[in-house]
Amino acid sequence: MKGRIDTLRLTAEAAAGLLERGELSAAELHAAYAEAIAKRDGELHCYLRTTPYTGGAGVPIALKDVIGTEGVETTAGSRILSGYVPVYDSTVAARCKGAGLPLLGKTNTDEFAMGSSTENSAYGPSHNPWDPERVPGGSGGGSAAAVSAGLAPWALGSDTGGSIKQPAALCGIVGLRPTYGTVSRYGIVAFASSLDQVGPTTRTVRDCARLYGVIAGRDPRDSTTVDVPGVELPTAEDLRGIKVGVPRELNEAEGIEPGVKEQVAKAIALCEELGADVEECRLPLSVEYGLPCYYLIAPAEASSNLARYDGVRYGFRAQADGDLTAVYETTRDAGFGDEPKRRIMIGTYALAAGYYEAFYGKAQQVRTVIVREHAALFERYDVLVSPTSPTVAFRFGEKTENPVAMYLSDLLTIPSCMAGLPGLSIPSGLSEGLPVGLQLIGPQLSENTLFRVGHALEQALGFDFVPERLR
Amino acid sequence: MMAITREEVLHVARLARLALTEEEVERLQGELNVILEAVGKVRELDLEGVEPTSHPLDLVNAWGDDEPQPSLPLEQALSNAPEEEAGFFRVPPA
Repeated sequence: MKGRIDTLRLTAEAAAGLLERGELSAAELHAAYAEAIAKRDGELHCYLRTTPYTGGAGVPIALKDVIGTEGVETTAGSRILSGYVPVYDSTVAARCKGAGLPLLGKTNTDEFAMGSSTENSAYGPSHNPWDPERVPGGSGGGSAAAVSAGLAPWALGSDTGGSIKQPAALCGIVGLRPTYGTVSRYGIVAFASSLDQVGPTTRTVRDCARLYGVIAGRDPRDSTTVDVPGVELPTAEDLRGIKVGVPRELNEAEGIEPGVKEQVAKAIALCEELGADVEECRLPLSVEYGLPCYYLIAPAEASSNLARYDGVRYGFRAQADGDLTAVYETTRDAGFGDEPKRRIMIGTYALAAGYYEAFYGKAQQVRTVIVREHAALFERYDVLVSPTSPTVAFRFGEKTENPVAMYLSDLLTIPSCMAGLPGLSIPSGLSEGLPVGLQLIGPQLSENTLFRVGHALEQALGFDFVPERLR
Repeated sequence: MMAITREEVLHVARLARLALTEEEVERLQGELNVILEAVGKVRELDLEGVEPTSHPLDLVNAWGDDEPQPSLPLEQALSNAPEEEAGFFRVPPA
């Protein structure tokens, strides 16, 4: 059997079928992926480390390296956590283990999940399987590229302002940022706690729903979690009875490439053909003020969360002459890369006495405006649609010199994140031979609706998730 | 929009416990000015009377039972420490 496994085409659902029918063992399936990784990961660098098969009867999984795994080094893509081996599992890692999903390895990420391209990883970037000269998106570019290239049937990522959805879009796969509070963050390396969510990166919407079902639910160890409605695997192929809103600002924002607009417009037209009511709507303040609001709140929370990396309890410690403060300061300067330092500095500034009201306080009020603007739309619509990313995958180095240009990669994913809303990205087609992502946003806890709409569109679009150059 | 001075960069770095190199101080001064000008846009809006949102869910006080649970054994808690001695994290004098 092993020789016939084509990991390039295999969905997690099909893999589970092979296991259930006894056509191969979980160990053999894990070995098939290990072989694919050995063959193709030299070029793509999706994994920071791989792990041997140690049991579990299910479909193997890759985890983004911000997800704590007992006995397996977890670095969050940062030098300051090099050598850190968690002594306990995060809740999501434990749930995957409990469901019998063997670990394939830990995937690459921008340092502390701060970035949109994996170029901020201290361990070198990952490459896009559709064109290795281009980025896979970020921060969860390792997970997305691994799933796209058949180096994992599915994976988990984490999303603060677009780190699951944007790489899924750039790699032509499916990514879900779940409703805030539905998936435990216990044992996850924290970035911005009022925004961080863990979620699945998969090849199909049904796989996404299955994996969400494994990880979602209240966790006594994370007091921000809530009870989650039962997950329904989508089957419907029409969209009758679904009201779709098309926010003008999310679809016509400056910087959206014409090829991206075209593919998304095609998918929106398809919604109508499938029986949905489609209508244009507005989100003016959320889109205009979402990005500045995010880039105050996320760095402010990051500056606080990253205070724990001091070279005392775990990870890297720099050699320093002098007192304890000198150890902190040199460890942090040598251990953090440029982007975390930038965000720590912005966040510390925004929270400092004298500036707090002018920056952080204002940003929190803007957040209320964003929450209200979305809530008003969900009185009329079941889902909102837009491009996930304004552009297709860009070239290495294209945005690294200009932090603000890189931040714009998340222009369309950020507003709904600020409101704690779930968002699903599915591939909608190709522009210049590169995948375009369609973003579906719903009200809180509407994952089942997103799965239903995403599945129906996926079936109608018939997108082939295997990168053309690997077919 | 006021520009950030070199002294402010050094002050914030001190608060954040970052021993920035001279090159970093210069670069960050420029970058922070660009970024803060971009994010300063939030101050354009009239937000009189708008309540702040610190958390996207309407959750109030998630209580847990007050029962003792096993905690990490000392040996495990210290297993990642760069330096330890006699069951403590070891650091230079403060």
